[in-house]
Amino acid sequence: MSSEIFIVAFVTAIIMVIAAVVIGKLLAPTSTNAQKGEPYECGIPTKGTSWMQFKVGYYLFAILFLIFDVETVLLFPWASIMKSLGSIGLVSVLFFLFILVLGLAYAWKKGALEWK
Amino acid sequence: MSLELENVVKLAHDGLTSSLPGWAAAAIEYVLVGVLLLALYCVLALILIFLERKICARFQCRLGPNRVGPWGSLQLIADMVKILLKEIVKISKSDKLLYYVAIFLAIIGSFCTFGALQFGKGLACIDFNVGIFYILAISSLGVIGILLAGWSSNNKYTLIGAMRSGAQLISYELSAGISILTMVILAGSLNISDIINGQENAWFIFQAPLPALIAFIIYLIAGHAETNRGPFDLPEAESELTAGYHTEYSGIQYGFFYLAEYLNMFIIAGVATTVFLGGWQPFHIHADWASGFNHVMDYIPSYIWFLGKAFSLVLLSLWVRWTFPRLRIDQLLHLEWKILMPISLLNMLVMAVWVLIF
Repeated sequence: MSSEIFIVAFVTAIIMVIAAVVIGKLLAPTSTNAQKGEPYECGIPTKGTSWMQFKVGYYLFAILFLIFDVETVLLFPWASIMKSLGSIGLVSVLFFLFILVLGLAYAWKKGALEWK
Repeated sequence: MSLELENVVKLAHDGLTSSLPGWAAAAIEYVLVGVLLLALYCVLALILIFLERKICARFQCRLGPNRVGPWGSLQLIADMVKILLKEIVKISKSDKLLYYVAIFLAIIGSFCTFGALQFGKGLACIDFNVGIFYILAISSLGVIGILLAGWSSNNKYTLIGAMRSGAQLISYELSAGISILTMVILAGSLNISDIINGQENAWFIFQAPLPALIAFIIYLIAGHAETNRGPFDLPEAESELTAGYHTEYSGIQYGFFYLAEYLNMFIIAGVATTVFLGGWQPFHIHADWASGFNHVMDYIPSYIWFLGKAFSLVLLSLWVRWTFPRLRIDQLLHLEWKILMPISLLNMLVMAVWVLIF
């Protein structure tokens, strides 16, 4: 039942966007000229493209996010049966977390968490 | 309990299934659910925008919208019509496909999460057995939408805004996820109905006061950062980046990013309500002298409870937004990775120990 409702919500969202954009295109006035299509940056014409290199710091944080997000995903099944697993479950998760926190501490020490 | 909408839903379901063949009844129900969700989504967005404008005005010693309709309440309808009538500017150097896909992703991310909230007793639309996990998963679609929007517009401001936004959203998603994980330990289930039913006697924030309160505060901070608002609005810092990742969007296309942002604020409040404050469960005091009080609390319909709690959290979020100055990106990442992350990991272990002891 729920997966059908999910598809219903998904399709409704798509229909809403398409309908509103079509209505907007029909109702709204349009006029075009060469300057209008330029990127909205400043008064003078834009130099070059914007698809260029950007700061590597973002990439570092993305990698760190990946590690910890996968960790969170792995912990969800444990968390939902934590009550019945008892202390054995807690101890085994402590090992898992210890290794991860070691990784975070290493990144911290190396200065990967600083924004330079 | 005649005020509950549960009976109406049941009545409609029984009426449809008894008078029509199975497939037709199911089809009509799906259409009804879609239309109702859409209506609720749009109405909530209007209410939120009105609240924001009025309250922000009061914070700044202004009156806010007060000309159109009583207390300016029709201003929103006027705004909605106006944004539909605004020109959609065609930009020449963009990546057309990704430029449009971004809008869809932003809206799908917030709309499908919105459908998973339970607004009252028996008012569950998307109710998976991994419900809370589904909420975390599908709400991160919005990040991809924002990154695509910034990238495809071919504008330096949008690119910087999108990169900042991406770094911020993925970082704060961690502590938000871990706070919810902490509560899943207490609930012992990922199903949203189970989580809410588990709070029938006492809300989770009262069941394990210390770890739950810390998780609640961390979730509110992280959730607030995930909506790109308040002190965390550097992806769209207007004095640096004009409007951030949606600079190149105009007319109703811009409106969708606006809509998604406001609804995300409500969704964060709604999830916090569900996981920490008991969802639609009323407030009870467990004492002999309080039975009259409990009866009065029971008489208030469940959807009023849910909306009341969620809107209180929304008001808190507005208050925070208009109180604190904007953070720098290094402060932002420092706050997440060096303060919130270690605390939330530790807090999760405290909760595990708490569950074992009590």
